[in-house]
Amino acid sequence: MAFKKHPINTEVAYTYIVSNKRLTMVAALGVTLGIAVFIFMNSMLAGFDKSSSEAFFKSIPHIRIYKDDEISKPFANQTGNNIPVIINPKVVPANNTIINPKQVIQLLKNQPDVAFVTPQLTVGIFYNNAKTQISGRAIGILPEEANQMFNMESYVVEGSVNNLKNNINGILLGAGVASKMNVKEGDNISITSSIGMTKVMKVIGVFQTNNSVVDKTTAYINIAFAQQLLKKNASYITDINVNIKDYTKAKAYAVNLAQLTNYKAEDWETANETYMAATKMRAIIIRFVSISILLVAGFGIYNILNMTVMQKINDIAILKAIGFNGFDVVSIFVSQALIIGLIGIVFGVLFASIMVASLQSYYVGGDIGYFPIYFKLSNFIKGVAFGFGVTFLAGFIPARKAANVDPVSIFRK
Amino acid sequence: MKEIILQTKSITKHFYEPVEFKVLDDISFDVYKGEFLTVIGKSGCGKSTLLYILSTMDTEFEGELFIDNQNVSRWKQDKLATIRNEKIGFVFQFHYLLAEFSCLKNVMIPALRLGKLPYDVIEEKAYQKLELLGLKDQALKPSSKLSGGQQQRVAIARALINDPLIIMGDEPTGNLDSVNTQNIFSIFKELTQEFGQTIIAVTHDNDFAKASDRTIEMQDGKIINQDYKFN
Ligand SMILES: Nc1ncnc2c1ncn2[C@@H]1O[C@H](COP(=O)(O)OP(=O)(O)O)[C@@H](O)[C@H]1O
Ligand SMILES: [Mg+2]
Repeated sequence: MAFKKHPINTEVAYTYIVSNKRLTMVAALGVTLGIAVFIFMNSMLAGFDKSSSEAFFKSIPHIRIYKDDEISKPFANQTGNNIPVIINPKVVPANNTIINPKQVIQLLKNQPDVAFVTPQLTVGIFYNNAKTQISGRAIGILPEEANQMFNMESYVVEGSVNNLKNNINGILLGAGVASKMNVKEGDNISITSSIGMTKVMKVIGVFQTNNSVVDKTTAYINIAFAQQLLKKNASYITDINVNIKDYTKAKAYAVNLAQLTNYKAEDWETANETYMAATKMRAIIIRFVSISILLVAGFGIYNILNMTVMQKINDIAILKAIGFNGFDVVSIFVSQALIIGLIGIVFGVLFASIMVASLQSYYVGGDIGYFPIYFKLSNFIKGVAFGFGVTFLAGFIPARKAANVDPVSIFRK
Repeated sequence: MKEIILQTKSITKHFYEPVEFKVLDDISFDVYKGEFLTVIGKSGCGKSTLLYILSTMDTEFEGELFIDNQNVSRWKQDKLATIRNEKIGFVFQFHYLLAEFSCLKNVMIPALRLGKLPYDVIEEKAYQKLELLGLKDQALKPSSKLSGGQQQRVAIARALINDPLIIMGDEPTGNLDSVNTQNIFSIFKELTQEFGQTIIAVTHDNDFAKASDRTIEMQDGKIINQDYKFN
């Protein structure tokens, strides 16, 4: 054949769509609403996840590497003899230092998926007020590196992280601590470490993470100063913070790093188990609701298309009488369904985008700031795929039934 | 030697609703290529039922049906659709057109489905068929806007578009005035004589039957006369 066969099935489908505009609109509207709500709700979910993980990563790394406490083992072996042995397991009083930290850090930095590595040393301290002491903790950091990892400058409200570099006895205070101690940038403050060493520090800045527990207890100091507070040497480090390229893979990657370094590697999700459980619940609820809405929309479309096929049953008989086969009939109604689906999807994506964009620029204030909603391509892809899937089935199922009848059984009615 | 184009062997059919009843009983006859055959008989004797079976649209029957030397009795739906598309043109008792399409499109659709000719050639051909039936000026109207008789003539044009071997009509002139009936008759005559196409038409019109090549008479589901003579 030197010419292209005229796509008659598509033409018939198109004619049905154009001559039943109202029905087409109603069905398309169903698709639009279904996928708009689906995309919208899942964008919200993505936004919540993103904003809460961003909040996390202001103070904790994707993976924390440290030496776990060891429990003492009994010297006598109980198995094999009948002599009762009294045992009393205790935490081995070895220190929690990471041996040869420079080498471990270098090893970690050489891993392909590791994005950033920095050491850390946490010291339990008291902030000394005139009459009372407030307990808290000072986190010893390498200021430049820690700022890169946690983007600390973004939540420093007074002074600057960089000031730590120039002041070996500088301290960056949580906003809650600062207000309780009634100090501000430039003031001095006295602290006592867990081993009883008291030092006077210079407040070089104040930060506010909006996590009130952190803000009321935590301060950042130079790691070298933290080592002094514990009377340790310059290689004494308890934690190595690791960020990886894709934080969602932290759980699996932590296992690798534990094997590699022989230390404990804890991912951020495990470190925040309770919070993650609540997050998972929220995700399940939102998914459940959004999928339910899609299914309801899907049933609506199925009903409408089923009705269309029933209305056109006489046409189907004529088409079959003049030589259209079952596949032709199915392809006519599936094309019709898919064109309706396409119209609905285009508007659904448009609506969803408008809703996401307008909520994104809505300022909630407080800890949250702008409403946490987030354009995520995979949500749009899922919505579109589901929209096509539902409209395909909604067209296919009734057409399949109609395609199998003898034309005469329709004419006789 | 006359060539057989369609043949039935002992076709029998029952309806089971509302009560069991034998609507066709041992129908056997031959139709020859280029023959203009008419079928007569009282209302309710089974003419339409028989024609639906001959046109392969009804597959629930006992006996054998041969079309163009092929036994199509147990063919699958889709294969039958192809043979209807290529070899059979059908005019229903009630004009069955697609309401949302123009007359021209209605005529073109079987040819577009067949896909053996380019679109513009099919269009030209459809115009010719409509012209033959005196409907060229109605070509672009939606088919639902036409009168009953006009719709029936569009259906005849549609049945002719693929130059089928056999054209079957269930009272194809039932809605037509005498002028148009006469016109259809001469079209049918010409198709059989000049192009060797075969016509099988059920009719109530004795003049129409009388002028055809041969008339089969039916009664209560049986053929009682294979070559009815009018006196
Ligand atoms: N679907 C059906 N179910 C039961 N009986 C039917 C059905 N269709 C037709 N009949 C009966 O079969 C007989 C033959 O019908 P039909 O072939 O339409 O007759 P004709 O076309 O010769 O007038 C009639 O008695 C009619 O009532
Ligand atoms: Mg009849």
